[in-house]
Amino acid sequence: MHISLTVNGQPYTVDVEPRMLLVHVLRDVLDLTGTNVGCDTSQCGACTVIMDGRAVKSCTVLAVQADGSEILTIEGLAKDGELHPLQEAFWNNHGLQCGYCTPGMIMTAYYLLQTNPNPSEEEIRHGLEGNICRCTGYHNIVRAVQEAAQRM
Amino acid sequence: MYPPKFDYYRATSVDEALSLLQQHGDNAKLLAGGHSLIPLMKTRLAQPAVLIDIGRIDALKGIQVDGDTLRIGPLTTHADIAASEDVQGRAAALADAAGVVGDVQVRNRGTIGGNLAHADPASDLPAAVLALGGEIEVRGPNGSRTVAADDFFQGLFTTALGGDEIITAIRIPAGGGKRVSAYVKFPHPASGYAVVGVAAVLELDGQTITSARVAANGAFECAKRLTGAEQALAGATASDEAIAAAAQRAAEGFNADDFMSDIFASSEYRAHLLGVYTRRALQKALERA
Amino acid sequence: MAEKLLGSAIRRREDPALITGRAKYTDDLKLPNMAYVAILRSPYAHARITRLDTSKAKALDGVVAVFTAEDVAQSGIPGQVPVGWLLPDMKIPTRPLLAQDRVRYVGEAVAVVVAEDRYTAHDALELIEVEYEPLSAVANPAKAVEEGAPLVHDDAPNNIAFDWEIGDKEATDQAFANAAHTVSLNLVNNRLIPNAVEPRAALADYDPVSGRLTLWMTTQNPHIHRLLMSLASLGLPEHKIRVIAPEVGGGFGSKIHHYPDEAIVSWCAMQLGRPVKWQATRAETYLTDAHGRDHVTTAEMAVDENGKITGLRVHTYANMGAYYSTFAPAVPTYLYGTLLSGEYEIPNIYCRVVGVFTHTTPVDAYRGAGRPEATFVVERLVDLMARKLGMDPAEFRRKNFIPPDKFPYQTPVALQYDSGDYEKPLNKALELVGYEQLRREQEEARKEGRYIGIGLSTYIEACGLAPSSVVGSLGAQAGQWESAIVRVHPTGKVTVYSGSSGHGQGHKTTFAQIVADILGVPYDDIEIIQGDTDEVQYGWGTYGSRSAAVGGSAIAVSAQKVVEKGRKIAAHLLEAAEDDVAFEAGKYYVKGAPDKAVTIQDVALQAYLAHNLPPGIEPALEAAAFYDPSNFTFPFGTHVAVVEVNPESGEVNLLRYVAVDDCGHVINPLIVEGQVHGGIAQGVGQALYEHAVYDEEGNLITGTLMDYAVPKARFLPSFELDRTVTPCPHNPLGVKGIGEAGTIAASAAVVNAVVDALAPFGVEHIDMPVTPEKVWRAIQGAGN
Repeated sequence: MHISLTVNGQPYTVDVEPRMLLVHVLRDVLDLTGTNVGCDTSQCGACTVIMDGRAVKSCTVLAVQADGSEILTIEGLAKDGELHPLQEAFWNNHGLQCGYCTPGMIMTAYYLLQTNPNPSEEEIRHGLEGNICRCTGYHNIVRAVQEAAQRM
Repeated sequence: MYPPKFDYYRATSVDEALSLLQQHGDNAKLLAGGHSLIPLMKTRLAQPAVLIDIGRIDALKGIQVDGDTLRIGPLTTHADIAASEDVQGRAAALADAAGVVGDVQVRNRGTIGGNLAHADPASDLPAAVLALGGEIEVRGPNGSRTVAADDFFQGLFTTALGGDEIITAIRIPAGGGKRVSAYVKFPHPASGYAVVGVAAVLELDGQTITSARVAANGAFECAKRLTGAEQALAGATASDEAIAAAAQRAAEGFNADDFMSDIFASSEYRAHLLGVYTRRALQKALERA
Repeated sequence: MAEKLLGSAIRRREDPALITGRAKYTDDLKLPNMAYVAILRSPYAHARITRLDTSKAKALDGVVAVFTAEDVAQSGIPGQVPVGWLLPDMKIPTRPLLAQDRVRYVGEAVAVVVAEDRYTAHDALELIEVEYEPLSAVANPAKAVEEGAPLVHDDAPNNIAFDWEIGDKEATDQAFANAAHTVSLNLVNNRLIPNAVEPRAALADYDPVSGRLTLWMTTQNPHIHRLLMSLASLGLPEHKIRVIAPEVGGGFGSKIHHYPDEAIVSWCAMQLGRPVKWQATRAETYLTDAHGRDHVTTAEMAVDENGKITGLRVHTYANMGAYYSTFAPAVPTYLYGTLLSGEYEIPNIYCRVVGVFTHTTPVDAYRGAGRPEATFVVERLVDLMARKLGMDPAEFRRKNFIPPDKFPYQTPVALQYDSGDYEKPLNKALELVGYEQLRREQEEARKEGRYIGIGLSTYIEACGLAPSSVVGSLGAQAGQWESAIVRVHPTGKVTVYSGSSGHGQGHKTTFAQIVADILGVPYDDIEIIQGDTDEVQYGWGTYGSRSAAVGGSAIAVSAQKVVEKGRKIAAHLLEAAEDDVAFEAGKYYVKGAPDKAVTIQDVALQAYLAHNLPPGIEPALEAAAFYDPSNFTFPFGTHVAVVEVNPESGEVNLLRYVAVDDCGHVINPLIVEGQVHGGIAQGVGQALYEHAVYDEEGNLITGTLMDYAVPKARFLPSFELDRTVTPCPHNPLGVKGIGEAGTIAASAAVVNAVVDALAPFGVEHIDMPVTPEKVWRAIQGAGN
């Protein structure tokens, strides 16, 4: 089945099996491997992307459901060679270690700050509950989101 | 993981979806947000031969205030319900429940219709819809019918929805006198599903609770009313004592084996939590009075 | 002069690739003509395979091949997964790549599919027909040793894998006989699943012409994997295998071990002559990544009439799972029994550990590996004893600490602690948390029916593995030194080849900091290469908090060798005696005449041109070091957890967490603190949430992230950190290691806090994870 997607501003038309998950289209078909897969049960959030303005788990969206959608992935966040404030803040605050959860974490944080530009620590922690990080204990992720909120 | 193969149809109207359902019978499943179904397909616990995607039927989306009724399209996402001022104002328990389903990403895709139709015992919305006295409007080959929430949830993953029917609206009565409500839950630390979740709805006349509806999910095979608590509240003065009395009677009428049990929470503990969370739901509701 | 980089909190050079999605993990890699692997796994904990038919799977469109144990056997490869640590009299069952006629745990590999895409590979799994004759199984180590328990291996009676002891039993028994007071505790150290967020993965490419295999895989130690692939699994000569660790998404121990899966993937590539890739599903990681902990323990402590500890006696059943994972036998023995002295002067210790086979996933090192288990035993007993004696737990600890003037301190369980000053972090932590004030608040709160608890954990760990001769004498089938080559190029730029293999620790940043300071070259002029057996000379890899202490020391030593070689060349160029040439901030100069100078960059160029070298000096400017430490390192510290327990529901709220650690000198505080944060989170996870549960039939019933709770952001507070600095006396950097400290300390701190909160109810112990129901039951059981 042919579907159209706009990913990071770039239009694509791809032929996919209806069963194919959005994350596999991004990774295996479009070679956008920044978005990772960490689990099978929609828990870890590593695959989070922004679909039509909302954070979604791309492992739990069929590509055919995303037909016609605008997708923003981690690869599309920096503009004109400038890191997004969230990327910069994750870097400054050591908000990542192995980096595997990071693209999903940043995309969820991006959505959080869109909906709540000035979140409290508690709101940040709740806002990120769909993203599992095994390295940082979240401490520096929270700091990073706080710094990004201030800069944005 | 990787879903098995299926044939995919995209319905553009309820009529088209119904006729596709007719055509493919038991082999077909409706796909709304997919947040109950796709995970099951990925682990291949569900292997429908046909998926009918109703996700693009605009008529099934949105929240309207229709006189004394809140009318919610089944494709409305949890996030939209939680953020809706109409729902917050008229059916706070439902906004509460929608706001604690899964996580942010899940709430952005999951829909109320899909959630109710799936009828996971630990899902949050059923108790809220049940306590609020909601009605489920469904359409099938023989036309529309309305099922009270009291009759809708029938058991583990089992509802009154026929295999050839589609939910077309969720209606929540929102008129009459002063009504306050709330939903609170004890989330499982891994899944986030309700170990026990309680929704409480109180009609108030001054300080008097004229009637109460209290329902729970997580505790049982499906959402159920807590009639003991309701009876304790009806006619009582809104007070800590009334709340305590209701919490005391939360598990009334249930047997030990009515309660769900797993390695995280035994039936005995769930029965205990039912009282604790009934109290918390009532307190939260009355704080809104 | 260049700013000193050691000790600077500079942000990591690893991050730009990771925060933009440009980093390449194993599953991000693609090769032309690549096929995908899926592995069929046993749904039974114990069964005989009576029929295995792959014909339907083979017939599926898009399937390239389906292989079973028979195919592996016919290929003539060794086909084994060996154990890398031997104990006296241990039973050593063979572990195959694919199960032959019997499966021994749920998840054991039975057959493998290669297909053109991931989806088809998984479709084909469902078409493989296997008939199993289920056999009875046992999952609990204490039950597995009972008479009549189902046997995992026929030649291991009572499922006993090994029976190990340390310490003086008679003297310890005597200490208990003479004790003024004793306490005892039966506890389960809960089984855990590492859950690195990146599942294990492998991409294998075999060139039949050259006979070379290139294997990209999720590994913490590529050379160990190459060695074991060569010797035991594939039979390819070592020089014909290249193992590469691309970006690796966390390990926590789970990517140390040599598993059947990556060997199967490699073998498929060899059979087919085309590249094949496999990434575990999360369900597979739950079933196949080596699990951690899983002890059933009885522990006792004795004190004299002055409240001084006189004896410690510990008996532990340690679950090994169905087979030995790579370093499994070392974990509950030499990484556990040897740590039972904690920070205390305990004259008599005896520990017996029975390693037990069960029908479960193999158990091996998981962050902390043995040391969290030891700390938990000691710190729980200490709290219990303090309560029995009516002493404040901080005071009881103080009284029994090894005093600073007794170092080096020989414990009765083999280790010699080289340094320590335990009161310093204790005092600092108590001050930071406001201990006295908190105790008063606790008292007040109790009057209002609120239950606050304060839990201490004064821990020690032995890390920085290790002197190779020592671990060799204890049974290791591996060396534990580390290597580095520091190569200064003609332009003065530097490439460092390190045997450490980072997977999130920020080695490229900290190692460059070390080299920049020693060579005095700009940080950005230094490249760190690791994780590739073709590029790196040799390396034992990253685990056991050894990368700074051993890998970093190797780098420091080789950088210093470069400086010394450069000094000879510089002296020649400056026409001065070598002894008269000083080196500082990248410049060689004649002492007393700082204008007579050459930079290390100048020297490098001259070293390569070799037109004018002093006699006997070889061209080029590089040096190798193979650094074997003279002892372990011994980080220590005090952690304090503050919790509030809701006595009605049993919910535990972690209010505060204070950690004061002493890991010696700190190379990069940002990274050190990050390691502590992550370590604490995993320790809190064990204490409150995580538990791998098997049912009686050996089914893992917490086999997904829906059932097994990994801490989420909202479960944790922000952490309050500080440190003391007691440098390691025996390595050139004075560093000790910090990767595991948080995990080692935290579980005991949190459980001690919960038990402290529930003191008014008479609760003395709750097994981990301390779930709300267990708390509620403990309160009920205590009769209040």
